[in-house]
Parts: sequence; C-alpha cells; structure tokens
Amino acid sequence: MGAAATTTSAPILDETAHSALTTGNYWACFKGIVWREVLRFLHQTERFFSALVRPLVWLFIFAAGFRNVLGVSIIPPYETYVLYEEYVTPGLVGMILLFNAMQSSLSMVYDRETGTMRTLLVSPFPRWFLLLSKLLGGVAVALLQVFAFLAVAYFWNIQPPPITELKLFTAFEAPAVLSPVIGSVTEPIVYAFVHVPAALQPYMGYITIIPALVVAGLMLGSLALFMSSVIKQLENFAGVMNFVIFPMFFASSALYPLWRIRENSPLLYEICRFNPFSYCIELIRFGFYGYVDVVSLIIVSLCAIAFLGAAVYAYNPSKGLIGRRGGPGAGA
Amino acid sequence: MIEPSPNASGTAALSVDGVSHSFGSHLVLDNASLQVPRGKFAVLLGLNGAGKSTLFALVTRLYDNVTGEIKILGFDVRRRPTEALQRLGVCFQSRAIDPDLSLTQNLLYHAALHGIGGKDAKVRAQVALEKVEMSDRGSSKVRTLSGGQARRVEIARSLMHRPGLLLLDEPTVGLDIGSRESVINIVRSLVAKENLGVLWATHLFDEVAPSDHVVVLHKGRVLFTGSVPELLTDSKATTISDAFRVLTGTTASLEAA
Repeated sequence: MGAAATTTSAPILDETAHSALTTGNYWACFKGIVWREVLRFLHQTERFFSALVRPLVWLFIFAAGFRNVLGVSIIPPYETYVLYEEYVTPGLVGMILLFNAMQSSLSMVYDRETGTMRTLLVSPFPRWFLLLSKLLGGVAVALLQVFAFLAVAYFWNIQPPPITELKLFTAFEAPAVLSPVIGSVTEPIVYAFVHVPAALQPYMGYITIIPALVVAGLMLGSLALFMSSVIKQLENFAGVMNFVIFPMFFASSALYPLWRIRENSPLLYEICRFNPFSYCIELIRFGFYGYVDVVSLIIVSLCAIAFLGAAVYAYNPSKGLIGRRGGPGAGA
Repeated sequence: MIEPSPNASGTAALSVDGVSHSFGSHLVLDNASLQVPRGKFAVLLGLNGAGKSTLFALVTRLYDNVTGEIKILGFDVRRRPTEALQRLGVCFQSRAIDPDLSLTQNLLYHAALHGIGGKDAKVRAQVALEKVEMSDRGSSKVRTLSGGQARRVEIARSLMHRPGLLLLDEPTVGLDIGSRESVINIVRSLVAKENLGVLWATHLFDEVAPSDHVVVLHKGRVLFTGSVPELLTDSKATTISDAFRVLTGTTASLEAA
C-alpha cells in the first residue's frame, strides 16, 4: 500500500488557480491528447504490424502480379513511365490513412459504448478543440505508419525522385454535368516557386508528402469522426466499414489512373471524380513528387472542414445527433 | 443577468434548480432541484432508472439541460461551461480509465485535459496518488489493478485539477466490502480536509452516514433533500431504508435493485 494520505500538505481545492484558459493551457491539452494517441498506438504492437502488413501485401503481391496487366502512361506528376508498384504506392499510403481513420472511429464508438469518451468530453476546453486535437493525434499515428511503410518500400526500390524545385500544379476538368455551365479546363499549369538545396533533393519527397498526409488525414479522420457519431452500436460499424472503406478505396485513383476507368465506364469515372478520397490520393501522389496539387488541396481542405463541422455539430450536447440518442456517454 | 458571486463562501458546490430532461417522449428528470453544500458529503439515493446517471450527464454537460439551471460553485454549466467544468471532478459508474496506460500516464492525460502539463502535472499526479494511498503503483498498468484500486485511481484522477465539487456515480458497484470501505473512507476524508462538496449516487443504504446530506430521487423526481435526521422525521421511519420505502412507495429491497 502507498504512503499515508497525509504525506503532503498540498491542498486539493485551489480555487484561485482557476482562470480563463490560456494559450499554454490549450497547448498542454493538445500535447496531452496527441501524446496519449501515440502512446496507445505504441502499446498496441499488433495494430502497428497489421497496419504495416496490409499495404505491404498489396505492394509485394498485388502490385507485382498486376505489373504487366495494368499499364500506366505518362501522366502528371510522372515524367516518365513508372512501374505499377510506384504508381500504386501513394494509393497504399492513402489506404493506411483510410484504415487508420476508420480504426480511430471504431475506437471512438467503443469508447462511447463503454463510457470512456466521457473523460474527454467533460474537459473544460471547447469540444471542437478536443475533437480536432484527437483527430491530429490520429494523424500523428498515421504518419508513423506511413513512414514505416515508406521505409520498407524504399528497400523495394520505391523512392521519390530527386526534387529540384517545389511546384504548384493545377489542372481541372469540370464534372460532366457542370461542364456546360462552367466550361472545362483541362490544360495543366505548372509553376515552380521554391528551389530545393542540392543536399535535400534526394529526400525532399519524404518532406513534401507530410503536409499532404496531414490534410488528407484530417479529412478522412473528420469523416470517420462524423460516422462514429451517427453509428449507434459497435456491431453496426462493420457494415458501414464495408459500405465506406471499400467503395471509397476502389472507386478512386488509388489502384488505377482514372483515365483507365473512363475507357471502360464513363459513369464510374464520374463517380470516382466525386469521391473525395481520389483527391486525397492525388494530393499525396503529387506531394511525393514535390508538387502541390492545387485542385486536390482545395477539395480535400473543403471536405475536411465540412466533415469536421458535421462531427462537431453531432457531438455538440445541445444540438447534435449524439444527445438525441442518449448522449455521448451512453455507456452507463 | 449578474452571476451570483461565484466561489463566494456561501455558494453551494452544486445547485440544480428546476431541471427536466427527456429522451423522446420519455421524461427521465421532472423539475429536479437539489443543492450540495460546500464541505458536505451528499448522498443521491435512488433505484436503478431513477435518473441519477442522467442528472450526472447534465451536470457534466454531456447532455445540455434544456429546462432549469445547473450551477457548479456559482457558474452556470450551460452559460459558463469552461469555469464550471474546471471546478468539477467526476467518477462515472463504468470504469473510464485506459487499461493500457500506467496510473501516472492516466493522471497526466487527465491533467492535460484540464490544461495542466509539465512538472506541475507530475507533482499533482504524485500528490493525488498519495491521497488515495496508491503512490507506490504509479508505473503499474491499470490493467493489473483490482476493481477497488482502479476506482481509487479514478478518484485520484478526478482530483488532479483540484475541483470544488466531486461527483461519483455508484462508485462502489462491483467492489468487495474492503474496497468499498476504503473508497468511502478516502472520499469522506477528502470532504473533511479539503472542503470538497461531494455528490455520491448510490442505491446502498449502508453507505449513508448520519452526518450526510441526503437527496432521494425516484422516477425522475426529487422527493426529499435534507439531513438524515430530517429524512427520518419527515417519513416517520426509524431506518433510512424504511424512510426510502415510505417516500417512494416501493416495497422492493433497494439493495437488490
């Protein structure tokens, strides 16, 4: 048994210490939430290995098998023909983000069912801040997984090319239903804006991919967070995973360029273009090659804001969907 | 409207005034009013389904109270949630600590949720563990603890930010007799030493002491609030269990509920 309760004279009740929350308080809260997410992940070694094995199986088996079946022409950001493994790598990075987001969402449904989420929600900080911090914690965990995957892929000879300049890239093709109204812009515009020092050029792709991962991770995390608020029970989640993860992943540019899809089905092509996950993949793909894909960045950012707004609304005790069903702490 | 001088010495730790809440058409709290004075151990007595957990969810702002007013040390939970929640410590009915983290890591996480970090958080964690007599288990995983020990850690966690009001929702459920006594004694000592207001929800009569403040909640309505002697006098009963049965009109054993 521990020391006697009277070993310290420090009072528990300290009313004078309470004041408005400062920037330092916010920073401490943010750090604490992210730290816990990372710590939990590091304690769950099985989760780490399963997160790593999934994309590696796709890379080593699926991509190797389809290398000669799926041809990839020279499309931006590629400047030469690339092996299918190289094409599919950003898609598999997106898969890691997608699965990690859904895993976080799953754990939030579990936390809600068991009641542990209440610990988070009774914090004095604004709920949007708590949820955003938790999302960024999930993104930090996803980054660890992505870089572990890229490290293995490096030895499989999948590496970003040396990047001499950072470039903005924009090409926009209006959806078929809108093109009569807003026209169709398909000519790509490339604008170099930063020269990269020679020493950094071989590794620059690993740096420029990070902002793309953060934005895409936030979007997928926000979507998953919103989903966790509308799912009543853990059992229902498996079905939703099937209706969300697989359609999102397969109806995107993760595994095949969209022009290949258009050749076979113009309708499916349009569906893929309405899938925000396609833009996550392209943002990551271009980021890996030192480009900022402006259109994808805008679409992914807007979707992230919309999904996060919906999630914060859903978790708002006075307005949200959670409260109408019996509250975020419905576990007890 | 002027806030009634929060933290003034006369302000109740918790004030609930005319609060109603329903899920759909089902009314679970009906115009409930109660007060928990500073430095007082208040017992919220009620059967399962009486509305205790819903009341806790409203006080902790997990649900938004639509009608009535809830104040923690004078701060309205709806209009001043930050100040109110800064002064509130909670132990929920179901265990809500991370089993894969150590005791200290759980406490540091909780401190962060209140904006406390660095050395200050570590010192507070050590102090809080000493308060619940668990200071030698700081590095142990929560998973390795017994139910009673885990409950004490939750109490330590709820004290990390030095609240003025502590809510405990059936904290002894599932504990053996020794653990129950330990948990109750720790909380009672905190009330005496720290001038902490405690609202202890339970359906076990033997957890009520003669000096306690008692609130009887039944089917969403507060039937009684006052001291134990007043409860016995008002109900013309000799024991608390009899008084409860008289007030609620129930015949079933409360302990069995």
